[in-house]
Amino acid sequence: MDADVFVAWFEEAARLVHQDRDRLTRLDAEIGDADHGTNLDRGLTEVCKALTGAPPASPAQVLSTAGTTLIRKVGGASGPLYGSVFRQMGKQMSKAAETQGTQGTQEARVPVTLAAFAAAFEEGVVAVERLGKAALGDKTMVDALAPASRALALAVRDGVDVSEALGQAARAAAEGAKATIPMQARKGRASYLGERSVGHEDPGAASAALIMAALATVAG
Amino acid sequence: MVGLVLVSHSAGLAAEVVALTRGIAGTEAPMAAAGGMADGALGTSVDVIERAVRSVDQGDGVVLIPDLGSSVLTARLLEEDGRVVVADVPFVEGAIAAAVAAGTGVPLADVLAAAEEARTYRKL
Repeated sequence: MDADVFVAWFEEAARLVHQDRDRLTRLDAEIGDADHGTNLDRGLTEVCKALTGAPPASPAQVLSTAGTTLIRKVGGASGPLYGSVFRQMGKQMSKAAETQGTQGTQEARVPVTLAAFAAAFEEGVVAVERLGKAALGDKTMVDALAPASRALALAVRDGVDVSEALGQAARAAAEGAKATIPMQARKGRASYLGERSVGHEDPGAASAALIMAALATVAG
Repeated sequence: MVGLVLVSHSAGLAAEVVALTRGIAGTEAPMAAAGGMADGALGTSVDVIERAVRSVDQGDGVVLIPDLGSSVLTARLLEEDGRVVVADVPFVEGAIAAAVAAGTGVPLADVLAAAEEARTYRKL
């Protein structure tokens, strides 16, 4: 998976989120503050602008740029949360490239393997869990991201090819998002609703599923 | 002196808590409001907070006091071990406790501890 794939990932994610902006905002209106669709749509549009303005050479740089842009441009919780996921992934990829000695002007273009991507993704999920102090079952984006991460790790273990692995990760994220419907929120504004948060899909988990679907589309 | 930054989704709320704190704590401690987005909309902006941190940083450290939600998340992104810390405290009471402590010239850890004591204050 090279830098172009990751740029295409954010372009496709921006397209999907833009298309589903009203659904995400509606989900957020039910249990949150009704800004998720608008915020993420704006954030990903800014990410695409940053990436096309000065296209980074390495996958790690694409992810770092995306993460930093989301943190700087989104005023709601999704900015720091998604921003941390991507920034941490970028950090992890550049660390991995360094240990493999593939970092440098020419070598920066070296694509990342599925295994390296899965490892970086896992680190990204850990970063967001730590920042938001959220765990599986809290009715947050972690409920979509963590199953996707597990699916990627299993795919690597079983030697599944990239396209199949990303498809499995996308399905795991989608199922994880749906699984938030019966959950009671334990984080964020929705947690103030207590039992009344049950019966609604978490908007962060829903957008995480879209983002994983975008990756499966462009790299599948 | 340790500096304080009040971080809120609302520019008005952050500014008013700074004003209230100055009035009640009556200290010289450097204090700044970092509320809302750069364009005035509700939200939290890392740029606005960074600017506020720089404006109150006298070299003795800065305590960030966020209100809730993305204020907390964004403030945590700016933490620097032993230099910039986020206080997990009630917005108003924590700010006043921190300002009183900071005004006495005590180090960062003591200001943070004073702010954290505010979490257990009972009103009745």
